[in-house]
Amino acid sequence: MVFFGVYYAAFAFGAKLKGKKQSRVALIVFLVPALILVMTGLGVPAIQTIIESFKNADSSHWVGLRNYRVAFSDPEVRLALFNTVQWIVICPIVVTSLGLSLSVMLNKMKREAFAKALIFMPMAISFVGGSLIWNLMYTFQDPGQPQTGLVAQVLTWMHITPPHLLLTYPLNNFLIMAVYIWGFTGFAMVILSAAIKAIPTEIEEAAQLDGAIGFKMFRLITVPMVRTTIIVVLTTAMVGTLKLFDVIHTMTGGNFKTDVLSNRMFDENFVYLNYGRGSALAVLIFLGVIPITFYNIRAIRKERTHS
Amino acid sequence: MSILSPSRKKSPKAVTSHGAERAFTSPISSIVVTVIAVLWTIPTFGLVVTSFRTKEDILSNGWWNALIHPHFTFDNFHAVLFSASGSIGAQGLIPFAMNSLAITIPAVVLSVGIGLMAAYALSWIPFRFSDHIFYGLFALQGVPLQLSLLPLLTFFATGVKLFGHTIFPQLHIVGTLASVWLPHIMFGLPLVTYLLHNFVSTLPREIMEAARVDGANHFETFRRIVLPLSTPAIASIAIFQFLWIWNDLLVALVFAGGTDKVAPLTLHLSNLGGNLGSHWENVAPAALFSIIIPLIVFFSLQRYFVRGLLAGSVK
Repeated sequence: MVFFGVYYAAFAFGAKLKGKKQSRVALIVFLVPALILVMTGLGVPAIQTIIESFKNADSSHWVGLRNYRVAFSDPEVRLALFNTVQWIVICPIVVTSLGLSLSVMLNKMKREAFAKALIFMPMAISFVGGSLIWNLMYTFQDPGQPQTGLVAQVLTWMHITPPHLLLTYPLNNFLIMAVYIWGFTGFAMVILSAAIKAIPTEIEEAAQLDGAIGFKMFRLITVPMVRTTIIVVLTTAMVGTLKLFDVIHTMTGGNFKTDVLSNRMFDENFVYLNYGRGSALAVLIFLGVIPITFYNIRAIRKERTHS
Repeated sequence: MSILSPSRKKSPKAVTSHGAERAFTSPISSIVVTVIAVLWTIPTFGLVVTSFRTKEDILSNGWWNALIHPHFTFDNFHAVLFSASGSIGAQGLIPFAMNSLAITIPAVVLSVGIGLMAAYALSWIPFRFSDHIFYGLFALQGVPLQLSLLPLLTFFATGVKLFGHTIFPQLHIVGTLASVWLPHIMFGLPLVTYLLHNFVSTLPREIMEAARVDGANHFETFRRIVLPLSTPAIASIAIFQFLWIWNDLLVALVFAGGTDKVAPLTLHLSNLGGNLGSHWENVAPAALFSIIIPLIVFFSLQRYFVRGLLAGSVK
């Protein structure tokens, strides 16, 4: 409310200004709020966290690299690291290839809109909601009793005795990944589908005349033409999985060997109150994101200088 | 490439390729896509069916049985929304839904508003460090919010102290809704500003110059020209932000974790799922209720939402 009042006044006052001074005032009024918010919200805290990561549990003295050494030697944290790596490798590849195949197939069918909307729908559902939806799918009863979860039931119909789905390692990790894939494939599909539609028809026709059909067309024309978009989808999914939190927190709370970096960081900071270690894990997430950010900045720079 | 840029890619190619696609429609593709679409919908459908079943039915057999022997009830919704059934909380879910709205609306309005002004300043007010600030903002997009949760929380609680002197007083917002939507604005601004910059910087130079010749200064140009012309971009980015913030769990958990008074739906649901995982007669309708609003937003404004997504990622 105060903010709106101040800005209404600033605009009323600013409208009367003229010349060089006006430009200065406008710059301050327009840009400074964003800069202050971003610096207090992201810039300064990020630096603080990096400093904290070299201190002990209650930040009272320096411990050097101990928090990082612990992160790589403590079996539980190491498992979280290992799981995160597994997530980063598997999920983006599955999501992107599934999204790509779907968008190629959508391109070849009539009345695509409805199917597209259904696959895309989980994007609008929170990962908390999605986790609960899938918890219901994975509900498990002891063999002998009627199963109430669809996955266990389907296995039973196939004469496979289902294990306790979310408690069995490493199966549970893949089951949770399915939730993320379910939620994110729609994103990959919509974006890749737009890129495929943008491929000039002349190119496809020329390739066809040269005898490229079916998979050959896909490999030699479609994939190279949408390469940048594929990379965008892959990197977005990588950053997403690196920061992954909601699904793990809601489905297992990181128990049963399903912990990941972001959830572990939350637990260290807010459950075990070990700020040093929590900060070190946050920095590890940051280190994972840095190469991707650099790559993106380079891409943007190229684009900016081209236009 | 940015779909948001007004001048681009409405080329005739799109039309011809549309015609050409019809030539090679393949029945196999249609079947595979349909199967996947059905598979993708089954889990949500299961939740919908479950939330209308009685507790006894849910416990004794799977939800698919209800399709063969239909037996449905609205009691679960009544219990979850209005009555004081112990597990859900004293007043049902409505107060949490209100919190979600009270967090999401200011966060969306302010982040888009502030982001639009910053985008305008970075694209149309020439000054020395313009490029540096632009790249700096873009780089901050890469800072995971995990990195700033704890210091920001401390900052809200204690202010800034240097050698025992308070150089910035504590903000008395801990435990209020503002302590949840303010971080959302901070974390969202880099991306919002970047996306809006993509759009605002491609507005035709002639219009801007014409306004200046007519004596409009930056304030008037922003209000009379940029704001109305940017409506489509604002709409798609606002929807994106809305879903993002409404669906968030981590920020809510950190900044509203201590008290039910300001907890949004996602936070409450996450607790419910953990505490009473088997009480599906409560959890299912609660989860369904929480995804209804984003689904309405999504289905009614799908076009804008997709456009917003494309603006962010198709280069």
